[in-house]
Amino acid sequence: MIPPPSAVRAATEWLFARARWHPLEIAFWLAAFAAIYLLPGHHLILTEIAWLGLFALSLDLILGYAGIISLGHAAFFGFGAYTAALLAKHEIINEPVLALLVAGLAAMALGFVTSFLVLRGSDLTRLMVTLGVALLLRELANRLGWLTGGADGLQGVTINPVLGMFRFDMFGHTGYTYCLTVLFILFLIARRLVNSPFGLSLLSVKGNPLRSSAIGISVDARMVAIYTVAAGYAGIAGALLAQTTAFASLEVFSFDRSADLLLVLIIGGAGYLYGGLIGAIIFKLVQDYLSALTPQYWPFWIGLMLVVIVLVGRDRITSWTAPVRRIAARLDWRASKYRAAASSTEGR
Amino acid sequence: MTVVLETIDLGKRFGGIIAANNISLQIAKGARHALIGPNGAGKTTLINLLTGVQRPTGGRILLDGEDISNLPTHKRVRLGIVRTFQINQLFGDLTPLETIGLAVSERRGQGLDWWRIVGSRPDLVTEAVELLERFHLTDVINERTALLPYGKQRLLEIAVAIACRPRVLLLDEPAAGVPEDERHEILAAVAALPDDVTVLLIEHDMDIVFSFANRISVMVNGALFVEGSPEEVARDPRVKAVYLGEEMVDA
Repeated sequence: MIPPPSAVRAATEWLFARARWHPLEIAFWLAAFAAIYLLPGHHLILTEIAWLGLFALSLDLILGYAGIISLGHAAFFGFGAYTAALLAKHEIINEPVLALLVAGLAAMALGFVTSFLVLRGSDLTRLMVTLGVALLLRELANRLGWLTGGADGLQGVTINPVLGMFRFDMFGHTGYTYCLTVLFILFLIARRLVNSPFGLSLLSVKGNPLRSSAIGISVDARMVAIYTVAAGYAGIAGALLAQTTAFASLEVFSFDRSADLLLVLIIGGAGYLYGGLIGAIIFKLVQDYLSALTPQYWPFWIGLMLVVIVLVGRDRITSWTAPVRRIAARLDWRASKYRAAASSTEGR
Repeated sequence: MTVVLETIDLGKRFGGIIAANNISLQIAKGARHALIGPNGAGKTTLINLLTGVQRPTGGRILLDGEDISNLPTHKRVRLGIVRTFQINQLFGDLTPLETIGLAVSERRGQGLDWWRIVGSRPDLVTEAVELLERFHLTDVINERTALLPYGKQRLLEIAVAIACRPRVLLLDEPAAGVPEDERHEILAAVAALPDDVTVLLIEHDMDIVFSFANRISVMVNGALFVEGSPEEVARDPRVKAVYLGEEMVDA
């Protein structure tokens, strides 16, 4: 029995609907790139937002799409940061983009090895295991002073111009353009990934691992895969920090960084890729504003914000943005229904 | 008779409780085999052992004569042993279309494809739409699964398994909890399964069992009790005594 072509066309349309670019998304990226020219005085904070956004995007890939929670994502961030800083300091790889790739691959390797630790157990186990890995790495970096500079951090790092052409400056002009470009490219790849059959399988693993394996999915292998990719993303985010500041210190591995990251993602909402980016914007702006207002007490306000968000979100920490997204999805659904109807009349 | 799936002295203990006690069962190719028995007899445990959700504490499982006792679930699915669940195990956030599309793409070994967008393979979409139509899910094809009526979810539960192209299909109470007036859709779907698919059905409803099965095994207390054709089982006084009650006589 072959279904009517119009039904197949409508189904194809629906399957593509998730992956279609929403006008708001296009506006978001246009604004981000326009800031290169329109907000030259704010490039330093924008640079921070860009790498923090990438870092949060990385956490979103494992938490929002595969349901793996982590309190030690700074392990990969720090590993990438030190890799990039060391490559530059010892003049092993002088070109930043190439060094960035190598740092990402190094973090991926670390992610692959440690992914096997998060396969088993509950969320609590995962929180503790990831936390432990990050603490281990921090202490390791502390002890290997001859390599990392220990508690003083890795000093005397000089970062060469990007692609041999664009020199980093103290106003963050090059830094922002560089970070934003890297973020955009990696975002595009992530967007492809989550809308692919592989991405769908991640959602299934998150939603119901028992059934996933009952349709022939190796749940463990999928988790290893996405954890490895996410580690690479986090490593690149760390490398961006190291390159734009020409510095790496033990603080890149800190627990605070992992915890703040979770906060950033919760602020923006997990599971739709933009949560980390929006969270990074809000987090950095609020931090900037509040710390100017009351230098010592800004964590108080961040804490308050967290409590309110989680209370509003109630059952799921990812869901406070859900009402907004439901409306957006509804609009999308109408549009796709319209398009499906249009394409099926064309067929007649 | 060609045996497709076989267990030899299969056992499962949970501490001191014996959930499966030396079960030796042969399922013939193309059979419509029913597994009946009172609650707690170990029927679902047997399915869990066959599909690898639980590991046996003794004995072996053979598929076409090959030992599969230690294969993980997903590898057994690739070999053609597919099940449905007594309690729906679906992806609540996905639509039926996405669910079936996923199962089909996994079956085709395209599950690691991370670059193409879901839906970019026309033959895959066609297959999914055809399957959803066959299971009367066309009108809810793009709804969130969690919001579907129970009867539709039950149909999807079976459709997902079919999308995996089973050689041996294990149906764990497919009509459980479905209102009387919606049952016929599910029973029709089960009856319409292709002849070359071997089916092992767990069911409490004797009307369904006797209209469907050409072979029946009765389990009691974790062990196989009686096995035979429906007529033999219906006549067997021991079966009547332990389990079936008087309604059996009419059947």
